[in-house]
Amino acid sequence: MNEHTYKQFDAEMEEIRSGVMAMGGLVETQLARAIASLRQPDLDQIDAVAADEQAINQMQVNIDQQCTQIIARRQPTAIDLRMVLTTVKIVNELERIGDEIKKIAYKAQQMQRPEGLSTVRLHEITRAAELAEDNLQLALDSFARLDVGAAAQVVSNDEAIDAAFLAILRQLISYMMEDPRTITPALEIVFIAKSIERIGDHAKNIVENVVHVVKGKDVRHATAEEIRAQLGQ
Amino acid sequence: MNLDIAASRREGAAPGKHAAAMKIAVRHLDFFYGNFQALKDINLDVAQRRVTAFIGPSGCGKSTLLRTFNRMYSLYPAQRATGEIVFNGRNVLDSGVDLNLLRARVGMVFQKPTPFPMSIYDNIAFGVRLYEKLSQREMDERVEWALIKAAMWDESKDKLKQSGMALSGGQQQRLCIARAVSVKPEVLLLDEPTSALDPISTAKIEELISELKNDYTIAIVTHNMQQAARVSDYTAYMYLGELIEFGATDEIFLRPNRKETEDYITGRFG
Repeated sequence: MNEHTYKQFDAEMEEIRSGVMAMGGLVETQLARAIASLRQPDLDQIDAVAADEQAINQMQVNIDQQCTQIIARRQPTAIDLRMVLTTVKIVNELERIGDEIKKIAYKAQQMQRPEGLSTVRLHEITRAAELAEDNLQLALDSFARLDVGAAAQVVSNDEAIDAAFLAILRQLISYMMEDPRTITPALEIVFIAKSIERIGDHAKNIVENVVHVVKGKDVRHATAEEIRAQLGQ
Repeated sequence: MNLDIAASRREGAAPGKHAAAMKIAVRHLDFFYGNFQALKDINLDVAQRRVTAFIGPSGCGKSTLLRTFNRMYSLYPAQRATGEIVFNGRNVLDSGVDLNLLRARVGMVFQKPTPFPMSIYDNIAFGVRLYEKLSQREMDERVEWALIKAAMWDESKDKLKQSGMALSGGQQQRLCIARAVSVKPEVLLLDEPTSALDPISTAKIEELISELKNDYTIAIVTHNMQQAARVSDYTAYMYLGELIEFGATDEIFLRPNRKETEDYITGRFG
């Protein structure tokens, strides 16, 4: 992409772009901390997750403000307009991922760990969380490079995360039916699994927005196959 | 008018979701200032009762193209056009065309307001008298009608005998639009009609353009891309005498097909 005649416009666009990448990086760090505390609760990590969440909220506010300024002052069109609108949406997705991660970390801290449940189910949700982590990374990479090569992959990975969530849910329901004493810890795991599932959804939304920037196509609500077809992959 | 739908699909048809009948069909148009070729094989349709905007950097040929629609260039001997501009079933480039009649059907408003040095009333009546013989009462009605069409009536009805030169720039430009409208043309050509006006006068003219398109086919050349985005239904991007991209304004400003168009409208040009 050539530079704008107004160099200041380029600088402003670069600022929001690097802002999103910094925010994405922080969300990734936060998610890694939450996953670590799932494996082994660690109060320091959980405090750090909460502090990250605060910082992420502030980044959202700042980037939103920068985008509003660009719209007001530059009246962006075409790819610039798509980029600014998309940035607003992506920072919203990232902020909500930050909220979900905080929930995961808090639940990990509170969670009772009865034998059986903790050993088997915790392994599975940690695995699902790692899938979500990979998917978020793919989505953020696609934004950083403005490359939609992995878009369909992110959407099909999200389907796998949804399937993992349903599998965890079914197994937990069996536990709860067999032994009512497991209901409280099982519900906590359900909440964690639900948060992980939501992170997968947000990662999918991010990559759909990147497709809109790069190709000008709206692939929200499309399946992985439909996206491949639309992008000619 | 005859609509050759197949031909309009084949080449240069005004595309997009608001498919409209075409008013002017340009086919293989070349234009020369002496030896210099200013337009190269232009093909496009100007849609009826829609606003078509022409944008592009200075010297791209957009004003030249506008000036071919009513043969304004014929005033200058060294300028010539070849190809076809079909308007009401006839090629306006043919030598037998009555230019006065053509210019009454295809009116034009220029960048700088050009009121005649006469009263507001006579500014309008002058053109009408050239084409029609009206009684005093009919002429009064026509002047009022034209001033109403140009959103000028309320502010000028009490001073019709005052000089048109005494009006503000924005009012002068609306007077020129009233004058163009007064002979009941089918097409209005606007060549940067607001570039000499302040933002409020500009907004009034833009509002007027939206009103006028209910009755007229409008082609506008503008340097102000936001203006093209605001007022037009179709946008044509021109560069170095060529039509680079032509499409629905909704599409051009959100996802243009050509990189050259995108570079221009996003301010990445030169």
